[in-house]
Amino acid sequence: MNRQIVQLFGLITLLFAVLLFFTSRWTVFEASSLEDNQYNRRPLIEEQKIPRGLILASDARTVLARSRGHGRGENRIYTRTYPTRGLFAHPVGFSYIRNGRRGLESSRNDDLVGKEDEFASILSGLESRDQEGNDVVTTLDVRGTQAAVAGLAGRKGAVVAIEPKTGKVRVMVSLPEYDPNLIPSQIGQLNRDRTNQPLLNRTTQELYPPGSTFKVVTATAGLDSGAITPDTVIDGSSPKEISGVPLENAGGESFGPISITDALTNSVNTVWAQVGEKVGRDTLVEYMRRFGFYEDPQLDYPGAQMIPSGIINGKGTYVDDGFDAGRVAIGQGGLEGEIRAGPLQMAEVAAAVGNKGRLMKPHLTDRILRKDGRVKEVIEPDLQSVVMKPETADQLANMMSRVVEEGTGTVAALSGVRVAGKTGTAEVGANREFTQPWFICFAPVEDPRMAVAVTVERTTGQGGTVAAPIAKSVLEALLGGGAG
Amino acid sequence: MSARTRELFGLLPVSLLVAAGFAAVLSTRTENVSDATLTYGAFFLGLCVVAHLFIRARLPDADPYMFPLAAGLAGIGLVLIYRIDAELAREQAQWFVVGLAFFCVTILLVDDHHVLERYRYTIAAASIGLLMMPRLPGIGAQVNGAFLAIKIGPIQFQPAEFAKLGIIVFLASYLRETGDILVRPRLRPLPYQRQLLLWGIPALLTLLGVAVLGLAPAGSVLLGVFLFSFAAVVRDRPSPKHFGPLLLVWGLAMLMLIVIRDLGSSLMFFGGFLGLLWVATARLSLIGVGATMFFGGSFYLSQNVSHVKERVDIWLDPFARNVVNDEGYQLAQSLFAQADGGLFGQGFGRALLELPGGGTILPAAHTDLIYAVLANEAGLFGAAGLIGLYLLFVYRGLRTALSAADGFSKLLATGLTGVLAIQVFVIVGGVTRVIPLTGVTLPFVSYGGSSIVANMVLLALLLIVSDHARSEARRRGGLV
Repeated sequence: MNRQIVQLFGLITLLFAVLLFFTSRWTVFEASSLEDNQYNRRPLIEEQKIPRGLILASDARTVLARSRGHGRGENRIYTRTYPTRGLFAHPVGFSYIRNGRRGLESSRNDDLVGKEDEFASILSGLESRDQEGNDVVTTLDVRGTQAAVAGLAGRKGAVVAIEPKTGKVRVMVSLPEYDPNLIPSQIGQLNRDRTNQPLLNRTTQELYPPGSTFKVVTATAGLDSGAITPDTVIDGSSPKEISGVPLENAGGESFGPISITDALTNSVNTVWAQVGEKVGRDTLVEYMRRFGFYEDPQLDYPGAQMIPSGIINGKGTYVDDGFDAGRVAIGQGGLEGEIRAGPLQMAEVAAAVGNKGRLMKPHLTDRILRKDGRVKEVIEPDLQSVVMKPETADQLANMMSRVVEEGTGTVAALSGVRVAGKTGTAEVGANREFTQPWFICFAPVEDPRMAVAVTVERTTGQGGTVAAPIAKSVLEALLGGGAG
Repeated sequence: MSARTRELFGLLPVSLLVAAGFAAVLSTRTENVSDATLTYGAFFLGLCVVAHLFIRARLPDADPYMFPLAAGLAGIGLVLIYRIDAELAREQAQWFVVGLAFFCVTILLVDDHHVLERYRYTIAAASIGLLMMPRLPGIGAQVNGAFLAIKIGPIQFQPAEFAKLGIIVFLASYLRETGDILVRPRLRPLPYQRQLLLWGIPALLTLLGVAVLGLAPAGSVLLGVFLFSFAAVVRDRPSPKHFGPLLLVWGLAMLMLIVIRDLGSSLMFFGGFLGLLWVATARLSLIGVGATMFFGGSFYLSQNVSHVKERVDIWLDPFARNVVNDEGYQLAQSLFAQADGGLFGQGFGRALLELPGGGTILPAAHTDLIYAVLANEAGLFGAAGLIGLYLLFVYRGLRTALSAADGFSKLLATGLTGVLAIQVFVIVGGVTRVIPLTGVTLPFVSYGGSSIVANMVLLALLLIVSDHARSEARRRGGLV
């Protein structure tokens, strides 16, 4: 009998082991898939019980998002309000139980709800603290943002300003904006608005033909690879046959033999197309990759709200070969490949040149603060890539400052501060009846503190007259008193 | 150190655990830990010490670990129930006191457990009567399709909890007497023609079943095992005279499955029965016939009784679109609650039980799903700790069976321990989706008067057996 009793104990042990195996299956191994199960309401219920942290502007005072409590005791829940309405709608985004999350509310969710790792949560469990969110101090500047919105004056478009040395994004404006407070009642309507697309962040989610601003990328490739120098002289007559098809300068103007520096000052298409052919597709693509093309911007922003800039063919796929190097070099292209860039990407181009060729990772978060004010985390400057040699960057800075001093970008000139920039005017629309004006710049040239990219969607007019003034007012707002 | 002193020391960590548990729950309610927690802990310790003194007086040689283990489980139960609903915890504490009273009365009345053998048929009849009661008009109450409870005025109780004790007592006594003569193994092997016939017929029948009836693989295995086990029983020359009552129990257990219509409690009874049968006879063939008959019966029920079929369907896919917010809600929420617990849990008193708008997210949290609440609050580690306590209890119970001198004591201790273990498996297995979820209680932990009282009586019987075994061993000169 005793043998059978021992066997019975073995069987019971085995059965209990099965119980533990299944318990660990649900509590650990399949826990995350259960948490994501669409019928599981726990995460939603839990999250609305947590007061999310504040989202603050760079001054650490202006509140961009805060939580408001309703009800009391166990039933107290929190909802989000956005005191600045639409002003910071695109970078900050929104967070609602029913509508999901966008922007920093999504990418910094773990910080905002105060999610801690397993060990820390045990400690806070011992202290029996309720979970509460950390505050996020952004890099976003209120005055710069206001200046950008005022400059766009209701037109669809985008403005991005980045500190070249740190990668701090000081301005991220995309118009039209939306009021995040009204998302619960209006999201359907906003989604259906195909003409204005107010939920679209044009700085990261939309691509435009960059026009002549792309010549900065071409010039980087040419100068840094040694294909050209600032003094190389190239025939700037118009029209010029590029890839078998005649190419004209703006207004059909013919320049004759002209130096590279002068060709940038006057944005001579035929010269830069020849530079593009001289540099070649492989080198051009190589430098584009160094600038961050062909990948999502390395921004602390939801991946779902970013797309890579790059050369895109008629079928809508990214290509790195087979395109018309001459036309891509001047910011255009054809069915076999057309250059498309987002405003954040073009701001990164200007910032890389301004920071001696070193591209810093852009970021929207400056630091994370605990509820008691202690700093939990500071986002330090982080190198994304070394795009070019410092000498190349110096040469380019000089060439670009000529653009503002005497070329197509004189409107952007500030008194007392040297600005380096590049204009762009792409023709868009079925009959090329609209333009996509651009301006990218950085200032001061001697010690760049700010890089700006501005574009306006489907309008009329030139980059130098439409986009440059907006960039100027943003620079003035950001550089403060010294900019007069 | 004497056994009783060890028991007393064993109660110390239990009381600390209870006090700490209440402190944790209370600290999430109010900012400061009030002295109430100490009161709870002291009260609990006081009750346990009284019971301990009683054991010291009446059963000085009984196993020193089982009572602290049971008290620890009950303490965990009280903390969890308090966390779910303070009012229910007060009731449960009262039931715990009643349970202790029954515990003492059992020890007083049953001086020697062998007297139970004398009343075995009375006990069997009473147990079967108890099991049938929920089907009686007027007092029977059908819960979710199963007949498990009776209601007399304001008192509702679950007769199955008590019937399980009676049936175990009956089976232990009956099998003690007949276990050796139920089958008489042949000393010489059968002539080969007979062998061929004996094994050929089940093989042929299995093949026929597969070919003609078109059975699924699981069904074929079931049929094959049944037929071969049956042939093996036949080979061993069963004695019809002694086999009769056994077949009766068998039939009753199968009938039970149909009468009370609850897979969980049927599995508990049948599992206990087969466990005892195994210990008493060591005949795999008997287990084979019994188990296949049970699985066959369960399968038949799951196809033909709608609420059993529903349970099985939910078990197979609790997230199916048509059940997840309806019949499958309870199991789905149980799994979600466990996932929420993770490795270390949310902490006592911190798990989500109530919806913000009012209403509970976990149905029957204090009874069926109490294990899910524990996994939510104390995580995998807490759940493993609970299973560990049960395993220790089972270990001590079977140790008692091993050390007992006579067959009835061995079988009684084995049966009582085994049925408790299977009950744990049935409910925890249901909550963790090992088997279909049915409504039996988690012994000592779940809310429920019948459950706590019946299990305290079970503990008392085990301690009586243990006292006899150990005092006898001591008399013989060696301590267990």
